[in-house]
Amino acid sequence: MQNTETLLQIRDLYKRFSISGDLLDQLQFKGGKLTRHQEFVHAINGVSLDIAKGEALCVVGESGCGKSTVARTVMGLLNPSSGTISYEGKRIDDLSAQALMPYRKKMQMIFQNPYASLNPRMTINETLSEPVSFHNPSWNKGEVRDKVHEVMFSVGVDPSWGVRFPHEFSGGQRQRISIARALAVDPEFIVADEPISALDVSIQAQVLNLMMDAQEQRDLTYMFITHDLSVVEHFGSRVAVMYLGTLCELATSEQLFDSPRHPYTKALLSAIPKLQDDRPNHIKLQGEVPTPVNLPTGCVFHGRCPHADKRCQEEIPKLIATDSGSQVACHAIEEGRI
Amino acid sequence: MSLLEVKDLEVRFGLRKGDVKALRDIDFTLKRGERVGIVGESGAGKSVLGFSILNLLSKPGYIAKGEVLFEGQNLADLSPKELGAIRGNRISMIFQDPMMTLNPVLTIGEQMVECLMAHRKITKGAAREIALQKLKQVYIPSPEQRLDQYPHELSGGMRQRIVIAIGLLLDPDLIIADEPTTALDVTIQAEIMELMLELCERNNVALILITHDLGVVSQVTQRTFVMYAGRIIEQGPTREIINDAQHPYTQGLINALPQMGIRGERLRQIRGAMPTLQAVPQGCAFSPRCDYVTENCRHVLPGFTRSGGCQVACHMVEEMKREEQRSAEGSEE
Repeated sequence: MQNTETLLQIRDLYKRFSISGDLLDQLQFKGGKLTRHQEFVHAINGVSLDIAKGEALCVVGESGCGKSTVARTVMGLLNPSSGTISYEGKRIDDLSAQALMPYRKKMQMIFQNPYASLNPRMTINETLSEPVSFHNPSWNKGEVRDKVHEVMFSVGVDPSWGVRFPHEFSGGQRQRISIARALAVDPEFIVADEPISALDVSIQAQVLNLMMDAQEQRDLTYMFITHDLSVVEHFGSRVAVMYLGTLCELATSEQLFDSPRHPYTKALLSAIPKLQDDRPNHIKLQGEVPTPVNLPTGCVFHGRCPHADKRCQEEIPKLIATDSGSQVACHAIEEGRI
Repeated sequence: MSLLEVKDLEVRFGLRKGDVKALRDIDFTLKRGERVGIVGESGAGKSVLGFSILNLLSKPGYIAKGEVLFEGQNLADLSPKELGAIRGNRISMIFQDPMMTLNPVLTIGEQMVECLMAHRKITKGAAREIALQKLKQVYIPSPEQRLDQYPHELSGGMRQRIVIAIGLLLDPDLIIADEPTTALDVTIQAEIMELMLELCERNNVALILITHDLGVVSQVTQRTFVMYAGRIIEQGPTREIINDAQHPYTQGLINALPQMGIRGERLRQIRGAMPTLQAVPQGCAFSPRCDYVTENCRHVLPGFTRSGGCQVACHMVEEMKREEQRSAEGSEE
């Protein structure tokens, strides 16, 4: 059974990207005065999440909702603008590169595109042994080789193929190799950013099964970023739904798929084309996702929400626990209007 | 007469090491207003099929055999000029990435007017009026304004709507849509698919929808073709294929979908991967991955067997049908 020990804690995470260039680009001459004008993309706006040991937390949302930014910030590939990230209770977002090193070994990442994430000029053996020998400097060549063979074997790639280059493999095999690379340093926590989006359906199933096997055998914790909700239903133990840089719903996958609460989650679920349907039937949302440069006031979803009222336009909703145990950020649910 | 008839089409790509067959034994007809889906994994030949209908194959691809009859006229025999009168006019095509399809240095209005004036003798003003009308049909907000905007000023969903509007400009009889929603988010995909369905039904336009998403096919099309390694291995009514697929590959493809799995359990995967065109196995191309493979499958290319409303290329199905027939005859005696 899953234990409830928290492995990773994200608190009030904000991430802004400046899009107004360097200082000289920002200066504007207006009305006889020189002013500095800056614009930001507000990619993440106050996200708090806990990931328990051994669970697979899925983060879903549409493009531009900030899910990949969350993943990259957690991994320390991006610095948060504010907020904290803690791993096993120890804050890691402000550590130096040197101090972060032991955590790098515990936290690994799998990327979306296996064509871009493997170095085309390195053989598979080189790609896989580099992290092993880097994080285990005391190991000799034989030990490194044994480890590489072990991970290759566990992802179903023949160790004798190690002398080949990435271009000699198909997309599915490359993604297996990316997974092997992540597993090579025996991590505890893996962030997978859309690991199956670039793959065909039959290969997607193979890679998902492989990731589930690895989780069981190695007691892994996953943070799984995806836009494909049907995968989440199968893979995740808990789901976080994001919209425009904020969390709108956090629930176990059963709760989310059986009784979604947030109006956005409902619309998102209804948009999955299902095999049983013989016509498109989905909840229509008005308008489009607003730009994260000028965030709407209040609830970020209010412009498209059929239940929005004045309070939604003014006040940012907080995540509240519902009676079913899920957490939802919505005034209408809090007030019992829906 | 059927709108489109493809007869024994074979497309080859001439490579240095010899030709590879990208498509073979392609045989189907399409009625006016009928919507079919072509599904398969990448490399199965779905897009090549779409391209070869309009003879858009670029070198080294060529049609080696067979005919593509559009209203009885073989498109493969037409001169470039004659073909130009059909492309975009009677048959239009919608591609995956709207940013690659739209010209970035022309406004939406200019592109639409250009397309209209190339096919019809009308004034610029009249063309602009038609363009505006089509933009309204695809529910673009403030269409007058959009005509003077550039593609980069619009969102992905909006751009794909414009592409659809351009596809509809000349009231075509057939639209070939090659993965029209793959680059879009699910909520936008749902809107675009609903729009395409509505427009096809209202104007009685036939649709060939090329996609890898069986869910989309299920929602929009009446018939489905399943492709594997350049062949249509199963074709039939969409509902029948989804509820009762005959070919082991189609069954595998449907069962591998996460929505068909049981929560928390392993997905039913198909082992292995589709062969490349240079290395298509002898006999049935699916045989190395098939659970029901026999010696016969490894050597003999299966022909097409009728099963219900479907047509299936599989030795096992053929054998089962023969068995059924035999027992039916036996009971008659």
